Amino acid sequence: MEFAELIKTPRADNVVLHRPFHSAVEGTLCLTGHHLIFSSRRQDNAEELWLLHSNIDSIEKRFVGSLGTIVIKCKDLRIIQLDIPGMEECLNIASSIEVLSTLDSVTLMYPFFYRPMFEVLEDGWSSFLLEQEFDLLSSVTNEWRLSCVNKDFSVCPSYPPVVIVPKSIDDEALRKVALFRYGGRFPVLSYYHKKNGMAMMRSSQPLTGTNGRRCKEDEKLINATLRSGRRGFVIDTRPLAVAQQARAKGGGFEQEVHYPQWRRIHKYIERFNILQESFIKLVEACNDQSHNMDRWLSKLEASNWLTHIKELLTAACLAAQCIDREGASVLVHGSEGTDSTLQVTSLAQIILDPRCRTIHGFEALVVREWLQAGHPFQQRCAQSAYSNSKQKWEAPVFLLFLECVWQIHRQFPCSFEFNEQFLILLFEHAYASQFGTFLGNNENERAKLKLPQKTMSLWSWVNRPDELSRFQNPLYEANSLVIWPSVAPQSLQLWEGVFLRWNRPSKFLEEAEEERINIIRYNKELQAKVNALRRQLAEMEADEEAQEE
Amino acid sequence: QVEQVKLLDRFSTSNKSLTGTLYLTATHLLFIDSSQRETWILHHHIAAVEKLPLTTSGCPLVIQCKNFRIVHFVVPRERDCHDIYNSLLQLSRTAKYEELYAFSYNPKQNESEQVKGWQLIDLAEEYKRMGVPNAHWQLSDANRDYKICETYPRELYVPRTASKPIIVGSSKFRSKGRFPVLSYYHKNKEAAICRCSQPLSGFSARCLEDEHMLQAISKANPSNRYMYVMDTRPKLNAMANRAAGKGYENEDNYSNIRFQFVGIENIHVMRSSLQKLLEVSGTRGLSVNDFLSGLENSGWLRHIKAVLDAAVFLAKAIAVESASVLVHCSDGWDRTSQVCSLGALLLDSYYRTIKGFMVLIEKDWISFGHKFSDRCCQLDGDPKEISPVFTQFLESVWNLTEQFPQAFEYNEAFLLQIHEHVHSCQFGNFLGNCQKEREELKLKEKTYSLWPFLLAEQKKYQNPLYNPDFSPELTLLEPNTVSFNFKFWRNMYHQFDRSMHPRQSVFNLIMNTSEQNKQLEEDIKELEAKIKQRNGQSGVVLMKEQEQTARPAPVALKSPPCFQKEQPPMPVNDAVRTIEGSNTADNRYSELVSEFSKAEPAVVSLEYGVARMTC
Repeated sequence: MEFAELIKTPRADNVVLHRPFHSAVEGTLCLTGHHLIFSSRRQDNAEELWLLHSNIDSIEKRFVGSLGTIVIKCKDLRIIQLDIPGMEECLNIASSIEVLSTLDSVTLMYPFFYRPMFEVLEDGWSSFLLEQEFDLLSSVTNEWRLSCVNKDFSVCPSYPPVVIVPKSIDDEALRKVALFRYGGRFPVLSYYHKKNGMAMMRSSQPLTGTNGRRCKEDEKLINATLRSGRRGFVIDTRPLAVAQQARAKGGGFEQEVHYPQWRRIHKYIERFNILQESFIKLVEACNDQSHNMDRWLSKLEASNWLTHIKELLTAACLAAQCIDREGASVLVHGSEGTDSTLQVTSLAQIILDPRCRTIHGFEALVVREWLQAGHPFQQRCAQSAYSNSKQKWEAPVFLLFLECVWQIHRQFPCSFEFNEQFLILLFEHAYASQFGTFLGNNENERAKLKLPQKTMSLWSWVNRPDELSRFQNPLYEANSLVIWPSVAPQSLQLWEGVFLRWNRPSKFLEEAEEERINIIRYNKELQAKVNALRRQLAEMEADEEAQEE
Repeated sequence: QVEQVKLLDRFSTSNKSLTGTLYLTATHLLFIDSSQRETWILHHHIAAVEKLPLTTSGCPLVIQCKNFRIVHFVVPRERDCHDIYNSLLQLSRTAKYEELYAFSYNPKQNESEQVKGWQLIDLAEEYKRMGVPNAHWQLSDANRDYKICETYPRELYVPRTASKPIIVGSSKFRSKGRFPVLSYYHKNKEAAICRCSQPLSGFSARCLEDEHMLQAISKANPSNRYMYVMDTRPKLNAMANRAAGKGYENEDNYSNIRFQFVGIENIHVMRSSLQKLLEVSGTRGLSVNDFLSGLENSGWLRHIKAVLDAAVFLAKAIAVESASVLVHCSDGWDRTSQVCSLGALLLDSYYRTIKGFMVLIEKDWISFGHKFSDRCCQLDGDPKEISPVFTQFLESVWNLTEQFPQAFEYNEAFLLQIHEHVHSCQFGNFLGNCQKEREELKLKEKTYSLWPFLLAEQKKYQNPLYNPDFSPELTLLEPNTVSFNFKFWRNMYHQFDRSMHPRQSVFNLIMNTSEQNKQLEEDIKELEAKIKQRNGQSGVVLMKEQEQTARPAPVALKSPPCFQKEQPPMPVNDAVRTIEGSNTADNRYSELVSEFSKAEPAVVSLEYGVARMTC
């Protein structure tokens, strides 16, 4: 298919671009296979806007006489308006955008066409291998092993080819356990707490069914993570009733009789369409400037978004508490083990592990606990808050995770190597990107699409020193402690950097942030200078002494 | 003195507590825990004491403070608890001004310092700064002996064309005699903010002098013919007042006025709104939705928005239309003070400096007779007179500082500290209800002024991000008053609930770094001077070198090369414990500062305990 066929009007002049808090700009609009490009013709202050078609969530058109207006709502929540003279041009452009922004085939997406203008210093596709992670692990414990049982994705299609499992469990047992767990997602190591040797595992629900089926290998597998005489905790992200209902469909939960050393805790985390609706309601509330105070607060409340944030943080804190405070191993799962499970395990690691609060460590966490762990990005992030499609597999699961990280970041602003912008970047790229990183739903699909060969990795770009400097937190000072966030409603805030980003003038806030960075930078300069001067003085004195001798 | 008393954490469900000893002094309640940490509570700060039903561990005593601290003690013996309860009830209720802490507080200043302290803020100087008296405005001596209006200051500025009979006539037509006077004069626009109380118009009464008075105000502005009259009350309330012979201006009777209601609720609504807010925020194990709906039901943020919206309207009338504005409510000392002072703050960057903010409070709140004593319940009085009007003003300012982080010289700690002392009755500034009363109490001789103390430690109150060039003099600050900009002021209402605050404060870090930068600049100068001196000595006489080697090696030699780095730019925790509110040392806030350590909290502040996990 040629993109040119889809673009009947590739260019329109005298188009006016409207954005909130910016004055209207007149210029030329061009459509290419992957971008909408607007450039102002003003010579003094030329302005260009490049918008990926895949970033467009919805488009509306209306006409006043022959002047057409297109309102474009993006997945990064921005809304722009284009006034296009000429009814035909406007219709053509609108329909092209509509088609181009909803292409079905992954291989037509921009990452397959994107040619980077930068030199790749390190290929991001091979920056985060589980083997490296395992090397680190083996330096502190020998209770675990790498298993290649899934090397051709036959045991679990949504798992990566290599996983970490208890050493005492062989591949044959793993195959049996996989048959006992939904989607073949047998328990694997998610995190090892060096401080006390406790482990966090994740999996999907066990397939006990109504007649209480059991699997000796499964019991053996998870018991292998326990110290003798100690108990472990199973954190089930469904309420008990839902877990019980799941038995009717062949699913279920770990029953006390068969797992006597495990204590099950049900910590309910919302999923799928409930989250998507919450997201849509929140964005709607944030976009309406005319709300009076009561309406704003009741809309914020009705969205339930902050409730989800609180529940999620609480569940993650609970998992972390079991590991760090109770000295117990933990197994986390919900139904499929690809959404709420990953939210909990990854957030718990942010709380427990200082390494996950560095830029590289956080990237590794996203790769390990989200991409390799089989969070179906392509399904979940197909549309954002403006879409009308309402597919049941769309859900802002990853965004919620990022926001929880942001909430912890706000409470421990000096303990993270990255800044808020880095989290926003990941949000943007998860929904629309020139990089292949977030394409596909799991490693299996990515391998089939040959993404590592055909597309560029986000990490190849982000980890270049030039880019990285933009995402560094100037306040960062490594903090080796466990960081316990407050989950009181008074301590949680709306993530303005995402939800109010386009709805308020941010100039003064940005300037203030710049000033903060300047103060820190100036401090470093001054310290360096003082040290240099001290040294100089000391040398002079030493010289004088030497002279004298 | 009672021993073995437990202090419970207000929000922790784990029943963790500190055990220690409770002392009652003449002015303070003191609790010293086993690790010798002290909690001081000024009796004047106590808003309510409550004895809860006896439990197995003892008798619980809950103390609510006006600075939103809530402490929960458990006293082992009921009799002790009862005694403490009774003593606190007595001590926290004062019948006479002379018994307030300010009259016994002695900060070791001599008399001349005391006098100088009171002279620090000079309102005559302030009016001069604004540009009055001038061709249109003059100082009136009509109220020199408080004969016309007891609750106004002696010195009032009025239009030159407003003769004494006009003033007297107008004052008789206004509630409590509070006739229209100048509050702020905008030099560049030649427009004025004036303030007064409601007219005694009833349904049809007129007063020619009052009409002349308003005309004089509008004529004093050469750049605009019409003036605004802002009634800050909801229209319904103003209409109801007509039945009582009061009311609002009839546009037909006054020439060239544009009349406007802005709908800020009265003191009673505000009081119960705050009460509701505190009930919600004090709930244990609060869910997000209960918090948000509670916040909505309390109406608190709606009221804050209404106040700020009114101020924006006022400021724009002056800055954009060059029109003078007359502001009133009922008596003209609550909502009028809020709107006039916030309007001026938006218009004039001087009020965004530390000194300027003190001037603003002295002018629009203290001198114009905001009834601090009644509103803050300094003496045991009518509970219906209590209202958080001034707190709302501070909160509105805080909201502005959030939107314009670089526009204010002062920081949040400054606002909190002022709030603390409005209630502490430790300094004379806020005692009493009006200037006349303050003079009768001889406050300037018997008590001290707060401002010099705040100024002496202004380092604590400085905003490190402040940029004086942010808004040149007399340019309007235009806040965005869309609802989502107004946030719950956690640092005010949960000041003492440490577990709710960020464990690391960017603000403190920046403040200390900025402070350290100044020190480093000094160090560099000093080092450079030393090096220069040494270079100058390059052709030295041997004698001198010998002399130098005889001296002990300089410190720099002994310390590691990067020893500066080992002093992280963190707040130095004041080892000196100070009595809470006993001096202006902001020790409440330094409690927060000490939280800035990167340590794990001792108490896991989650709302579940593992013990309560359900299987």
